[in-house]
Amino acid sequence: MNEKYETHEHDVLIIGAGGAGLCAAISALGQGATVGVVCKSLLGKAHTVMAEGGIAAAMANVDQADDWRTHFRDTMRGGKFLNNWRMAQIHAQEAPDRVHELEQWGALFDRTSDGEILQRAFGGHTFKRLCHVGDRTGLEMIRTLQDRGVHLGIDVYMECAVTRLLKDGDRVVGAFAYWRETGRFVVFKAKSVVIATGGIGKAWRITSNSWEYTGDGMALAYDAGAELMDMEFVQFHPTGMVWPPGVQGILVTEAVRGEGGVLRNKNGERFMERYDPEKMELSTRDVVARAIYTEAKEGRGTEHGGAYLDISHKPAEYVKKKLPSMYHQFRELADVDITQGPMEVGPTCHYMMGGIRVEAETAAATVPGLFAAGEAAAGLHGANRLGGNSLSDLLVFGRRAGLAAADHGAQAGSVNISPQQIDEAAQQMLAPFARSEGESPYRIHEALQDAMQSYVGIFRNEEDLGKGLSELQAFKEGASRLRVEGSRLFNPGWHLARDLKSMLTVSEAVALSALERKESRGAHSRIDYPNYDDSWGKQNNIVARDGDKMKLFQRTVPEMSTELKQILEEKK
Amino acid sequence: MTDATFNVFRGDRNGGELVEYKVPVAPGMVVLDALHYIQAHDAPDLAVRWNCKAGKCGSCSAEVNGRPRLTCKTRMDALPLDQPITVRPLKTFPVIKDLVTDVAWNYQVNRKIPPFTPRPNVEWKMDQRDVDRVQEFRKCIECFLCQNVCHVLRDHDKKEQFGGPRFFVRIAGLDMHPLDGLSRTELLKDEFGIGLCNITKCCTEVCPEDIHITDNAIIPLKERVVDDYYDPVRWFLRKLSGKQRE
Repeated sequence: MNEKYETHEHDVLIIGAGGAGLCAAISALGQGATVGVVCKSLLGKAHTVMAEGGIAAAMANVDQADDWRTHFRDTMRGGKFLNNWRMAQIHAQEAPDRVHELEQWGALFDRTSDGEILQRAFGGHTFKRLCHVGDRTGLEMIRTLQDRGVHLGIDVYMECAVTRLLKDGDRVVGAFAYWRETGRFVVFKAKSVVIATGGIGKAWRITSNSWEYTGDGMALAYDAGAELMDMEFVQFHPTGMVWPPGVQGILVTEAVRGEGGVLRNKNGERFMERYDPEKMELSTRDVVARAIYTEAKEGRGTEHGGAYLDISHKPAEYVKKKLPSMYHQFRELADVDITQGPMEVGPTCHYMMGGIRVEAETAAATVPGLFAAGEAAAGLHGANRLGGNSLSDLLVFGRRAGLAAADHGAQAGSVNISPQQIDEAAQQMLAPFARSEGESPYRIHEALQDAMQSYVGIFRNEEDLGKGLSELQAFKEGASRLRVEGSRLFNPGWHLARDLKSMLTVSEAVALSALERKESRGAHSRIDYPNYDDSWGKQNNIVARDGDKMKLFQRTVPEMSTELKQILEEKK
Repeated sequence: MTDATFNVFRGDRNGGELVEYKVPVAPGMVVLDALHYIQAHDAPDLAVRWNCKAGKCGSCSAEVNGRPRLTCKTRMDALPLDQPITVRPLKTFPVIKDLVTDVAWNYQVNRKIPPFTPRPNVEWKMDQRDVDRVQEFRKCIECFLCQNVCHVLRDHDKKEQFGGPRFFVRIAGLDMHPLDGLSRTELLKDEFGIGLCNITKCCTEVCPEDIHITDNAIIPLKERVVDDYYDPVRWFLRKLSGKQRE
């Protein structure tokens, strides 16, 4: 063991302190494991805090006909049947218990008239299913989990960034990280590591995602030899802000449509009639996003290239009560009073369905000792995620990952990390300071965002994806000669140099997988292959590291049990 | 496009100075956009905390022209652009670097608060009216602007004796939770020094979530402390029964 660096040891190390990471921490602690949580930001600022609409769980408080079977079927239909069906089953079955648990830890949901947790309608859900707190459900959730975790005694390493997973033979046994405040390096030893680092939206120019969403966990797992799956499925949320420029991409919650908001083009036409006459505004996100994009592209868009979303037909007090943060967001950032007139909205890169390939029951990745949950993991959502299924995903699989990681830790042998690995990780971080000339990480990041936006966006074709891949090669070239100015003390440029590496890895995985899948399914729309292809419907794209190269291959979707097949065939 | 002039604090624990930057102004631009522009073009190592850029996470607090604000919600067109815009870190907390301050003290205070403790055998039903009252407190995004302007902390630096508005809000959220069974008045009175607050409402004025910190959280909590500790009848009953609160 290398004693040059500050070292901490835990049974379970969790990377990421959003909903999934904190649930994993709480459940691992409950098993008697010692737990450390490392996060890039301050505790309580993770992306979960931005979730608005609610937690999908078949509690049947409002629509009594709801049950896990219907939730399972909705999730599979939304995911165009590419989902890991076992995950979809576990998720639908366990979500109501997890919501009750959250309430018992102090979360305060909006109520029905008889005092139960209130549920609202959302796209793709047959029944009113989303447990919510106005339009700030994520804040309620993260604060509840944060307070629970801190009270139970998790050790949180805030503003600490993992740059590499450490291995002992095949096993993942820790992580190398640095403190953003001081720039000093730190080594974590652990018997199990849980990745809960969220998504990858910062690789696109127009995104609802925060600076943290750079695909770190996926890239760390990939580097450590784990398989990534379904990387072509990137969700563009239909409704982001489009004006003014500074707010472009900021999320406008689907709850606006769930509460009755309607979409119109510049001619006043309720255009969803042409795309999904049955579900209209509450169609799935992939359909609504493509509809808005198409309206704008064909000249029927708003002044700033979006669509109008209008909730002003509802009483002003109702809008302020049910959508308070939307009301403030538009009033303060766009000078629009949403109780009086429409919002301008357009698609924004929002969520990653793909990610680290995991086992349904345990959230175990394909490398021993490594687990993944939440947005960083693949499988539950298939080709398209339903709104509300993300927060329930965090609760259900965050908990399962923590339990399995603690179990694994209890059985795992002692941990040995070679000093060479650690020195190599340190050298890699320090290299950009040593160069007197080199590329700026900010420049390459901007170019990457433009390329992903142009070539790997909502609609894709072979030519664009090819261009995207060749630009990515050039960015990788540039990123190998980055230069960072200033000191190691809280240096965002230095940090970006490191995040850029993750973004380039996941961007390549997305473009490669998208090029390979020659069909359109869910969030993956190929202009040159506009239809479903049944044979692709039985295949997941897998990306893994092969030396310094990225290799791509397919795995066949496992056969579903008869019971579940029957549920899918039922009509409701 | 016109340029705005920014004077941004650059420095660390050992001190620093205001440094001038020019930033082109775009429609709807906020101060955080300008700081990002400076990072990308002039000062790649300018330290700024931010996450959501949508007023939901409370990370990007700073003092803009002397006023504590979320920089992601401070519109440039609301500032006089004919003079330099000054951006400094929160004064109440030690500077780490540039606009980033050490807010760890807040996390230490938070840890002292006993968690939500439901009454035994409680039925998990609640009336929306009871929930409404508490949801106001749970809107808090922990931007710590209230902590920053509270003169007990800012001017008198009584961090050892005082919890601060943020944590009075948190305790109000717990104590007024319809199903919570614990009293936290002893903590409020002793360790969190709620008596030191003389209700100047500075905290309420800066709250980006419009929480009525003073009126709805601090004053009712002060009343609870008074009821529990300074009402002679209750004081006597408590002595007899040893009970904290019924």
